[in-house]
Amino acid sequence: MLMRKTLLAASALVATTFGALAEDAVKIGMITTLSGPAGYLGQDVRDGFKLAMEDNKMGGVPVELLVEDDGLKPGQGKQIAERFLSESGVKLFTGIVFSNVAGATVPDIVDGGAFYISPNAGPSNLAGKSCNENYFVVSWQNDSLHESAGQLATNLGYKKAFILAPNYQAGKDALAGFKRFFKGEIAGEVYTRLDQTDFAAELAQIRAAKPDVVFQFHPGGLGITFLRQYEQAGLGKEIPMVLAEPSMDGVTLAAVGEAAIGVNVSAHWNTDFDNPANKKFMEAWNKAYNRPATYYSSQGYDTGQLIASALKATGGKLDDSFRDALRKADFQSVRGKFAFGPNQHPIQDWYALKVEKGADGKPVIKTVGEVFKDHGDAYSADCKM
Amino acid sequence: MTLFLEQLLNGVQFGVMLFLMAAGLTLIFGIMGVINLAHGSIYMIGAYAGTFIAAETGSFWLGIPAALAAAALAGVAIEFLVVRRLYGRDHLDQVLATFGLILIFNQAVTMLFGRQPLFVQMPSLLDGSVELLPGLSYPIYRLAIILVGLLVALGLYLLINRTRIGMLVRAGSTNREMVRALGVDVRLLYTLVFGLGALLAGLAGFMAGPILAVQIGMGEQILITTFVVVVIGGVGSIRGAFFASLILGIVDTGLRAYLPGLLRQVMVGPEADALGAGISSMGIYLLMAIVLLIRPKGLFIRNS
Repeated sequence: MLMRKTLLAASALVATTFGALAEDAVKIGMITTLSGPAGYLGQDVRDGFKLAMEDNKMGGVPVELLVEDDGLKPGQGKQIAERFLSESGVKLFTGIVFSNVAGATVPDIVDGGAFYISPNAGPSNLAGKSCNENYFVVSWQNDSLHESAGQLATNLGYKKAFILAPNYQAGKDALAGFKRFFKGEIAGEVYTRLDQTDFAAELAQIRAAKPDVVFQFHPGGLGITFLRQYEQAGLGKEIPMVLAEPSMDGVTLAAVGEAAIGVNVSAHWNTDFDNPANKKFMEAWNKAYNRPATYYSSQGYDTGQLIASALKATGGKLDDSFRDALRKADFQSVRGKFAFGPNQHPIQDWYALKVEKGADGKPVIKTVGEVFKDHGDAYSADCKM
Repeated sequence: MTLFLEQLLNGVQFGVMLFLMAAGLTLIFGIMGVINLAHGSIYMIGAYAGTFIAAETGSFWLGIPAALAAAALAGVAIEFLVVRRLYGRDHLDQVLATFGLILIFNQAVTMLFGRQPLFVQMPSLLDGSVELLPGLSYPIYRLAIILVGLLVALGLYLLINRTRIGMLVRAGSTNREMVRALGVDVRLLYTLVFGLGALLAGLAGFMAGPILAVQIGMGEQILITTFVVVVIGGVGSIRGAFFASLILGIVDTGLRAYLPGLLRQVMVGPEADALGAGISSMGIYLLMAIVLLIRPKGLFIRNS
């Protein structure tokens, strides 16, 4: 009898101890896009993030990473967030790749009193009027991608640009961002379709307009299609192209191949950055994964590092002190300098990259110069925190 | 003028690609009464198989038989394992089952090839462009697509109108029950037609490789447009599919090329661009709506 009681007590004790351990782990809810053509973006964010974890610990604090696929559907992202908040008691979120998903999901998360650290999407409304003290963006404000491309085209001395983007919000923002910093004349402005598979009609218009430079924003497969057809039409040799980084990452380059040689890209990060943090990241990435590192993976890694630094400072507490620790951005970013502006979006440098023939004959993306120093965003003035 | 000719060629080339997809779809729909959403998946399978073999062997040409074989095999397997059970069921069941197939094929391709789009090397013979008229140079590869598409159209015409199988196919698309009652092995005929449709989709997928992104979900993009072609041309009519494809290709290209410019004559720039882009993306659906109003069974089917 006594024996049985002791056993029971012992097992209860064991149960509570282990229960307490699991309870202690900080749950991180990662909602990201893992399926469909854009699935590689979320995959890279997730895998980059994981490189910032060591034995399920971040900054010495045990963490539990819960990953769910939003399928690029805003409604699905929102549902996952609600489930994480109410059922799993998650207080710290990250992962969303696309701005439309972020727009539907982030307000719910921060209204629920949880933190959201964005590894990619940085829509303008959340940077301005709808900013929130629990919302941080590690990547960039969306417009910066295209502002830097506009500045790059100006720096390269182009006077007449032909610009194209798909007919949706991000496409319109892209062209607006480019025009904000491009000082020359716009020879033509064309909106394509998100489901377009053939750009021959647009290419003929470009040829007829005879611009100095073409700027186009076509993310993922669309961009691959556009670049291939641009090269095949013989335009690659005639009219140079300036791109923002979503149109030219390691994966796009691998799929496009030599057709990309000579393309100018503006970016906040590149694989060849010469700083210790980046070298460590690239080494870890190449060891762990058998595929090119993209800027999505670098942002996943930086997001992980930021969270680790704040968890270390608070010992795992997710209260006001965690927010203060996040604001300090006390980590070594793979892009070098990194700081948060007043709306908790990055203030960072932007660089000029160029696709060149590498030593082994395969095209590589090389860093060739700077575009912006300490570039913030146009919306922080509207943010009242 | 050369710009107009170039846009016309672009339209024809787009139309020819659509035809390769639509021919199979319209046969399957018209003869078996099956709505096959997985037709786009077969296009993707053709693209992946052909591109993979072309990359492994270094020869673009070896990719062609690989793409055709993989697509035809996948088509016959789909017919034998899934679609055969759906002939008697209503369209909703068919849509559900073949939609399920899309998900399965997308996931299977992801597991086999990963999420990164594949790279395709253009054969040197077809690389570059050729000057057709002074001032009008056109990519050789696109001309090759037009040529292949027209040859396939001719081949299908001969097959449908001059052979015994073609006779059965024609009979099947007008009166399925009667063909069965006359003692024709309908099962074999169905499998053949399905395989032929799949073969053409695979060919289209492989030819699209060097100009598009070979990626997951590439089939769904073209599938919707293909259905529009089938509806406009008339279900079951190869001739209808051919002309509807060309009309659609030219209309779509023409709208994208010229509508914003025309609108800019009557209104200010940004508004014209936005409206032009909006209308041109609706263009083919508007065309379908108009055709349905005037000839509910499609342009090339006689209303009885």
